[in-house]
Amino acid sequence: MEAQHAAGSWTEALWRRCYETVVRARTYDEMAHVLQRSGKVAFHVSGIGQETAQAAAACALNTETDLFFPYYRDYAFMIALGMSVDELMLSLFLKAADPNSGGRQMVGHFGCKRLRVFTGSSPVATQIPHAVGAAYAARLRGEEAVAFVSFGEGSSNQGDFHEGCNFAGVHQLPVIFFCQNNRYAISVPERWQVAGRIVDRAHGYGFTGVRVDGNDAFAVYDAVRTARDRARAGEGPTLIEAMVYRIQPHSTADNDLLYRTREEIEQHRARDGCSAMRAYGIEAGMWSMAQEDALRAQCAHALKQAIEYAERAPYADASTLCDHIVAEGGQR
Amino acid sequence: MTNMTMIEAIRDAMRCELERDPTVMVFGEDVGHVGGVFRATEGLQKQFGATRVFDTPLAESGIGGLAVGLGVQGFRPVAEIQFIGFIFETMDQICSQAARMRYRSGGRYSAPIVFRTPFGGGVKAPELHGDSLEGLMVQTPGMKVVIPSNPYDAKGLLISAIRDDDPVFYMEHLKLYRSFRAEVPDEPYTVPIGVAGVVREGSDVTLITYGAMVHTAVQAADELQRTRGASVEVIDLRTVMPLDIETLVTSVKKTHRAIVVQEAQRTAGVAAEVIAQVTEEAILHLEAPIMRITAPDTVMAFGQIEEEWLPSVARIVAGLVHVLDF
Repeated sequence: MEAQHAAGSWTEALWRRCYETVVRARTYDEMAHVLQRSGKVAFHVSGIGQETAQAAAACALNTETDLFFPYYRDYAFMIALGMSVDELMLSLFLKAADPNSGGRQMVGHFGCKRLRVFTGSSPVATQIPHAVGAAYAARLRGEEAVAFVSFGEGSSNQGDFHEGCNFAGVHQLPVIFFCQNNRYAISVPERWQVAGRIVDRAHGYGFTGVRVDGNDAFAVYDAVRTARDRARAGEGPTLIEAMVYRIQPHSTADNDLLYRTREEIEQHRARDGCSAMRAYGIEAGMWSMAQEDALRAQCAHALKQAIEYAERAPYADASTLCDHIVAEGGQR
Repeated sequence: MTNMTMIEAIRDAMRCELERDPTVMVFGEDVGHVGGVFRATEGLQKQFGATRVFDTPLAESGIGGLAVGLGVQGFRPVAEIQFIGFIFETMDQICSQAARMRYRSGGRYSAPIVFRTPFGGGVKAPELHGDSLEGLMVQTPGMKVVIPSNPYDAKGLLISAIRDDDPVFYMEHLKLYRSFRAEVPDEPYTVPIGVAGVVREGSDVTLITYGAMVHTAVQAADELQRTRGASVEVIDLRTVMPLDIETLVTSVKKTHRAIVVQEAQRTAGVAAEVIAQVTEEAILHLEAPIMRITAPDTVMAFGQIEEEWLPSVARIVAGLVHVLDF
């Protein structure tokens, strides 16, 4: 970490943006879990343990030009792009003003035109060829954009992952395939999902693959920035495999102790990227426990307000059921 | 005006729209250099370049997903799925991604894609090549389903489909590709989606169908005119989603009798839906139950017995006689 920071790629402002994003995502995620357990919301799917990789990746991208295809654990990624906690709460409470889908989709199914985030859905990996198509579109228009698509290691076994990577390789498109390998596809561990290494598949598609420690913000940032530079230079896609660990169960409907042990989880919790980032910031003199307390208090306050706001916000009216099936004025 | 086959009219529609609108693109398996396995896109890559008209890898879900990515970015992809049965490889991208993009995003994104695919019986194309899978698409909210029966409609409907802001599933009957020619205007024109055509006016019974069966139906109508002097009104649905119920109900209120003919398997298909809706609107005008003449509920028959499997002139005539004598 020290070496990469000393190399000058990170300013204090960048560290702060990344770390604060991680904490905002973590506190949101923990609160969402509490809300589900207290019966306030129906369902939550967690990104805890993956925030560092997500936030660092977002910090390495251009939020003004790039095209984003996140997956359902990407809370830190979305917060880094500019989605507010209010907006996340509207989505969690499935309210009409949710900017992702107006309460029409499950939580964590992001989509926000303002933030250049394209609407994803539940069948995993379907967003991968979308990103490839968007990259093709960007190239046709001569735009600066790079398409960034994230997904779990489970998704890397879907046909759409292969078909998307293959097309992007053939056409050397500006795409970053960002695999957050959190070691479990619901209950199925990595060793029963893939025989080799996911990162090595990149070679088969004719482009570069990089494996990084997803808890190391500096390493993720460097990998994504390098991939972005490569894409912008016309050198094609990159597959990044960020090694993380899903600390929470798959969702609030999952009992993870049926397929893994507490000891295993605790081992990984000890390597959590959030704590490592904080320790680094304090050691480098960029952060103090007083600042930490202030940030946490600010997060708690924002969450409280967001919950009150989202609880009061109306659901989509039943009269809107037929909206958006086809274009307004279109025949159905 | 040029005398064109249906496949020429389809190609001409794509050519017109590629020329008119720089966001229109054509891609799929073998559609570029050789111009498609049926040559529907012949010459288009040469005219418009390999960036807008191109061959994809052999991967249908990738084609569907690529189209969605381009569609949400403001392009108008015309994606060819080489044979109807290969849509199963990309059902997710067509039915759950493209068709639901608008709904899922609360109207913020749309996927204005045309999925073109050949289908249909009568040319001894076996299962997964000759199936009629429109029923699957009709049950896909957000998807329009268009099935032309002649060159004029083929061009006008395809132009409408490309200009539509929502995805359209455009089915091209294999038997009609080159079976006859008709006068087609050289300039772009549209045939509206969701409007049926009255192929022949009649007063005794309404015969509702679409695709290649329109021609079989007309032969049946001729035969009935000859043998019984019965006047059959033949209606070509042209679009099976959305259905033009108004035209159907108007006809049935006049003739008081109807049959529906489809190549697809019998259960829960377009014919069943037409009957349900016409019955809801016009039951008191009916003198007989509305009959369905369809293929049986099996996988599409192999070539040797295809003619038995598909609705024939004789079966349609028998259906008409049954309804007239009820």
